[in-house]
Amino acid sequence: MTAALRFDPIRLPPKCEELRKEVRAFLAEEIAAGTFSPFKPNREDTDVPAFCRKVGERGWIGMTWPKKYGGHERSFLERYVVTEEMRVANAPTRRFFVADRQSGPVLLKYAPEHIKMDILPRICAGELCFSIGMSEPNSGSDLFAAKTKATKTDGGWLINGTKIWTSSAHIADYMIALFRTSPPTKENRRHGLTQFLVKMKQPGIKVNPIGQITGQFEFNEVVFTDHFIPDDHVLGEIDGAWKQATSELAYERSGPERFLETYYVLTELVRAVGNNPDTRSAEGIGRLVAQVHTMRRMSVSVAGMLHAGKEPVVEAAIVKDIGTVWEQQLPHRVRELAAFVEEDIGNRETLEKQLSFAIKTAPKLTIQGGTTEVLRGIIARGLGLR
Amino acid sequence: MADSENIVVETAEKIFADLADVQGVTSDKAGAWKAPLWQALAEAGLSLSWVSEECGGAGASLADGFGVLGAAGRFAIAVPLAETMLAGWLLAQAKISSPEGEMTVAPASPRDRIALHSDGTLSGRARSVPFAKAAKHVAVLASGADGWSIALVDAAKLRIEAGLNLANDNSDTVTFDHVAPIAIKPAPKGFDQTALMLMGGVVRSLQIAGALESMLEISVRYSNERVAFEKKISKFQAVQHNLARLAGESAAALAAATSAADTVGDNASFDDDAVFLEAVAAKIRCAEAAEKGSAIAHQVHGAIGFTIEHILHRYSLRALSWRDDFGSESYWAVELGKRVAARGADELWPLVASR
Repeated sequence: MTAALRFDPIRLPPKCEELRKEVRAFLAEEIAAGTFSPFKPNREDTDVPAFCRKVGERGWIGMTWPKKYGGHERSFLERYVVTEEMRVANAPTRRFFVADRQSGPVLLKYAPEHIKMDILPRICAGELCFSIGMSEPNSGSDLFAAKTKATKTDGGWLINGTKIWTSSAHIADYMIALFRTSPPTKENRRHGLTQFLVKMKQPGIKVNPIGQITGQFEFNEVVFTDHFIPDDHVLGEIDGAWKQATSELAYERSGPERFLETYYVLTELVRAVGNNPDTRSAEGIGRLVAQVHTMRRMSVSVAGMLHAGKEPVVEAAIVKDIGTVWEQQLPHRVRELAAFVEEDIGNRETLEKQLSFAIKTAPKLTIQGGTTEVLRGIIARGLGLR
Repeated sequence: MADSENIVVETAEKIFADLADVQGVTSDKAGAWKAPLWQALAEAGLSLSWVSEECGGAGASLADGFGVLGAAGRFAIAVPLAETMLAGWLLAQAKISSPEGEMTVAPASPRDRIALHSDGTLSGRARSVPFAKAAKHVAVLASGADGWSIALVDAAKLRIEAGLNLANDNSDTVTFDHVAPIAIKPAPKGFDQTALMLMGGVVRSLQIAGALESMLEISVRYSNERVAFEKKISKFQAVQHNLARLAGESAAALAAATSAADTVGDNASFDDDAVFLEAVAAKIRCAEAAEKGSAIAHQVHGAIGFTIEHILHRYSLRALSWRDDFGSESYWAVELGKRVAARGADELWPLVASR
């Protein structure tokens, strides 16, 4: 077979279900205490440092990392359960989620020991927020066109240039960024970029908020002017970032956050139609539930393969492709199905507010973290077409 | 399912490759391939995979049988293998021994009913019964005054009006008019027509997923051979992205079907919301994938894939037809939606997360 895709029926082990109960109980307490509302999906506007520290105290950040860095040496499947329960509850995880999913694993792999000892335990404690400096005004999906320059100076590097669409940069303590240390070569246009750890809120860094169509100011322009970064903040090989960028991507692409972003509108639709729906509503809900169940089974299958040490790169890209397209379409399907619900249903206002937010959020879901077009290119390569 | 390490599945794949090569089958207008294929499958015990040895079968596990059905889908097998396996499984629920030869099941749609009279005879009409014309016996689920019964019926006693599905396989209307069964026993407690339809749905889901795997494979291969505008069509981004979407649909079907098979293989009962979700979601999602996936496979192949000589239709038309058997995706979506609504909004995520 040219294209033997694998999606074995992997199940989460029983100890995950105990953990799930703990997470649900914790979230119920926080909701009861008024920390956040599960009905308000604009999580990204909600920055709740105290909540993050509590999640850290529970041991749910950096769950899979070594204990000596503050981690908990638990399995990737246990992390999966925490992630999906937080997402479905609309918990305000933005402050720690990027560090937990992406930045921490990069530091674990490439940072010098003293930096790991300094930063990773604070991530695990829920104290640090990370952002990712990839896109620039003239390089988005084409990562290797990045121009922001790192120039060698005494004991470190001077950074000049602009990163853009950088989520959470305005609250972030650190950024992991790609800067140009050499020009690309004729043979390898990916050559010449280096990964750096950037300490934010320092001289030479200016963060300018950018308004989004949702009304949020969640991403930013970050301008570097002769910003100094010490040598020990280089992550990995100088000029060789292109070799480092790939292995974590399967984790990043296949998690529950790649199909549950707008899930709340489905819950609210079920509430709106009541216990005895008409045929049209029942069919619509049935299809959506079948689809989300299938997405989750695919995502858990990839998590299980990653847990077993396999590298399901194409399978992970497929999960993100069809998962993000699904969560993008979901609010529109729910809107259609809600067209005939009774005028006086109790949750009409909640549903309408949620739909309005989800429909405005929807366009970004197939852009952020790798566009649909990039993902389909990766799948096509896996199929042997490129 | 670890197909490559499974001797039962390997045996089936070898027989399919030797005797049901899709190109050979497509060119053989007279259907001479059917008899030797059936004979080999029966001799290998595959047609009665799910029947215990004391009931005359091979006594393979449900998982092994499901693996065989996935392979049958990959080869677009058009003899009543799945139907005979399902019939043997149904009879085994009531410990009725399976006879030799082709079988099918009735009813094959959730809305048809066969009635058991107090004199022990059966009446009713079952539509769209796959391969009834080819079957020597029919395994029947009938409802009587005392609940559900399972019966073995001689096909010669039935009125069978031939029909054809999209792929020109028999899909027949079977009428029971006070027919006396060869054997009849009460169904086990909790076993009802929904259980039979769910099992049939999982069978069809695996076949659809298998057919989609093959459609992906032959479409990728063709795109790497066919030249247009002076390059292989696989080099056009529009074609690449269509094939990536086909891979996604194939993957979704495979994940949903194998997950449902795994669930059914692990559970004795169908009377459970989680089993219902798994089985029904597989049928719905595989049917949706059949539509989207076969459209892309045909698009990639262009006019050649629309010809009777080409092998593509053997997969695409079967996958589209299999959507209709044992309850369509529309039927099951309504049933699933009703069940979800009855449980209530806050019980939806716990149900999904329980799988």
